Amino acid sequence: MKFQYVLPFLVFGLIAVALGVGLTLKPSEIPSALINKPVPEFSLPPVKGRTDGFSSADLKTGKPSLVNVFASWCIPCRAEHPILTAFAKRGVAPLYGLNYKDKPDAARAFLDELGDPFTKIGADLNGRVSIDWGVYGVPETFVVSGDGRIIYKHIGPMTEATITDTILPLLEKLQK
Amino acid sequence: MIAEIGQFALILTLALALVQMVAPLVGAQRGAPSLMALARPLAVGQFLFVALAFAALTAGHVLDDFSILNVAANSNTAKPMLYKVAGVWGNHEGSILLWVTILATFGACVALFGNNLPAGLRARVLAVQAGVAVGFLLFSLLTSNPFARLDPAPLDGRGLNPLLQDPGLAFHPPFLYVGYVGFSIAFSFAIAALIEGRVDAAWGRWVRPWTLAAWCALTIGIALGSWWSYYELGWSGWWFWDPVENASFMPWLSGTALLHSAIVVEKRNALKSWTILLAIITFSLSLLGTFLVRSGVLTSVHAFATDPSRGIFILAFLWLVVGGSLALFAVRAPALKASGLFAPISREGGLVLNNLFLSIAAATVLLGTLFPLALDALTGQKVSVGPPYFNRTFVPLMTPLLVIMGIGPFLSWKRADLAGVLGRLKGAAAITGAVVLVTLLIADRASAATLLGIGLGVWLAASTLSEWAGRVRLFKSGWPARLRRLPRAAWGMSIAHLGMAVTILGITVSLSWQTEKLIILHPGDSVAVAGYDFTLDEVAPVTGPNYIAQRGTFTVRRGGKLVTTLHPEARTYQNPPMETTEAGIRPLLLKDLYAVIGDPDENGGWGVRIYVKPLISWIWAGSLLMMLGGLVSLSDRRTRMGAPARRAKTMPATVAAE
Repeated sequence: MKFQYVLPFLVFGLIAVALGVGLTLKPSEIPSALINKPVPEFSLPPVKGRTDGFSSADLKTGKPSLVNVFASWCIPCRAEHPILTAFAKRGVAPLYGLNYKDKPDAARAFLDELGDPFTKIGADLNGRVSIDWGVYGVPETFVVSGDGRIIYKHIGPMTEATITDTILPLLEKLQK
Repeated sequence: MIAEIGQFALILTLALALVQMVAPLVGAQRGAPSLMALARPLAVGQFLFVALAFAALTAGHVLDDFSILNVAANSNTAKPMLYKVAGVWGNHEGSILLWVTILATFGACVALFGNNLPAGLRARVLAVQAGVAVGFLLFSLLTSNPFARLDPAPLDGRGLNPLLQDPGLAFHPPFLYVGYVGFSIAFSFAIAALIEGRVDAAWGRWVRPWTLAAWCALTIGIALGSWWSYYELGWSGWWFWDPVENASFMPWLSGTALLHSAIVVEKRNALKSWTILLAIITFSLSLLGTFLVRSGVLTSVHAFATDPSRGIFILAFLWLVVGGSLALFAVRAPALKASGLFAPISREGGLVLNNLFLSIAAATVLLGTLFPLALDALTGQKVSVGPPYFNRTFVPLMTPLLVIMGIGPFLSWKRADLAGVLGRLKGAAAITGAVVLVTLLIADRASAATLLGIGLGVWLAASTLSEWAGRVRLFKSGWPARLRRLPRAAWGMSIAHLGMAVTILGITVSLSWQTEKLIILHPGDSVAVAGYDFTLDEVAPVTGPNYIAQRGTFTVRRGGKLVTTLHPEARTYQNPPMETTEAGIRPLLLKDLYAVIGDPDENGGWGVRIYVKPLISWIWAGSLLMMLGGLVSLSDRRTRMGAPARRAKTMPATVAAE
């Protein structure tokens, strides 16, 4: 067997292995540039029907917290809502909501229909605050430390597995 | 009911493909004509059933049957009919079904029109073709079933991504897939030849028309995609070296090489194992493209299906098909003896250089596409190889290729007289030099890269035209008759090469001399861009079938005289909610006027972007010419009539591995 005829096979072998390894990685896990940075300064009005707004001061109370970016028009948000509700019931950490580019009535109807697990919600009507957070799609969820630094960012809908495998251990570590 | 018919038809297609994959192959090995003869009816049957499945899914989309998950997830009652039909392939499951349908169509074409193929070769080709189909059918049925039901059915569907609701993009995937899948025929022929252990001139002649047809479709598919990003994405870019664009560009590069090396096999009986390898690589790159797009391995704006189980399936399939065929190549190709010898300076030599540069170009794109992935796999580092890498590697590769492209057609087969050929190219060289010099003198902002691009484009056009003129001995006695007798294949080559020149000029000139202005305009305001006065007359809301939009009206005047009116729109789709821009474009012969309307400010002004882009439409006009050249060549009598009978003297059917 001549080497030059085997060469294409060998080259392909290398590429195939790289592709195989590549598949085990999660391309959606793009590290946020804001990890370990303080949360951006903001102060948002409440969503329709609530009295509490949400501001950066809420995240610097010494206790770690979760910030979830959601919108009523986002289908995956609907899917993750029960999981967020279950998380809030555990009472491990406060869950804050960032309501992204939503119509006030639609946001209200969304919470009325599915329940409201959030400690406080800020209505980010024009999406400016979310841009400061580096949000590029909804839903996204951030873990914030007690002194107001972004520790972790989850892209896409929450799952049971993410809560138990990633979020809860992180919060536990932060609470120590 | 319709969905179940489609589902059963798809399963039956799989059953037929399984038989077709095995029986004819066994028949060909054992010399059993009855088994070999099964291939043709099976291929036709496979086509009929998969067409039925495709028709069933189309019916689901057209009739708004939201009990089918695929329809509910991707369609919507408010969607215009064109996009209901285009929505069939505007999603993962449907596009895989389209892929299988085209694959079966090509197989049926070989079965129906392959009368002049030897029975053994035809049986093997169809068996390999069926093997590829089995892989994709299993993929469709196991991981991406287009007919999955949804219970309870929703009242309305979620709608199609608004960016995809566009006539250009509606037809982009079918053309692209005809191109991708068309290369499967060249692949099947290559594998069949390796199994048979023989490749001859007749083989080259059978492979070429299929490759040419696939190449034409791929060319127009890529052009449509780039045209779409030009007018739909709203920042007037037309090529981004995005992984998904690269996925279609790599098979195009190697397919172009294959097209040319198959000529050498056909005419000179040389470069055989190389051509076989190219056929395998070209189809492998098509499969790789599918893997990259469908598995979500690379993050890209295009990847709308990210599901690891699908990725694993495609990867396993890729390993099997590509690894298997390259292993077969390693074992069998050494037995393919080259018989046509040639001197380095010859038509063959020119085509070898063409192949060399095109293959390196394809490898470069492959490296740039996979490097971020490999680095991530090895070190966990995330990088993005951007346009700078591709621009820096591509220009040095294309420059010699385009120079040779002008010379190559003058060279004669076997041994050519380089001095004589260069003498005949004096005119083309003089024209090129003159144009570059004039550009340097009259144009401002003429960088070295600009001059290089213009020089290459003019050189290619001038040398192609002078080759054509020399061949018919233009204006010498009897030239109209010679013009009529000129084979269509020769016409095809001239047209396609001219198309390449037009595209090069379009790219160079539009990049070098485009004018861009970002400005806030109030209705009534005017702005002058590159000698044109753009007046924003008004911005008014309009309502489309499934969107609302702010529509701007620009009046464009030059020296006070009305040129045109432009209507850019900023659209907001309701279902799914998304904002898109529709640029207002007026293509003129020598430039495009391009306007985009953005967000309003607090004082009633509108952010607008205006571009004047010289020669940009030449990029796509050139692509059209390339496709046209391919079609003209395809209509050549010799390609249609097929190959002459094989010479009796051939290698034994089986050869022991070395």
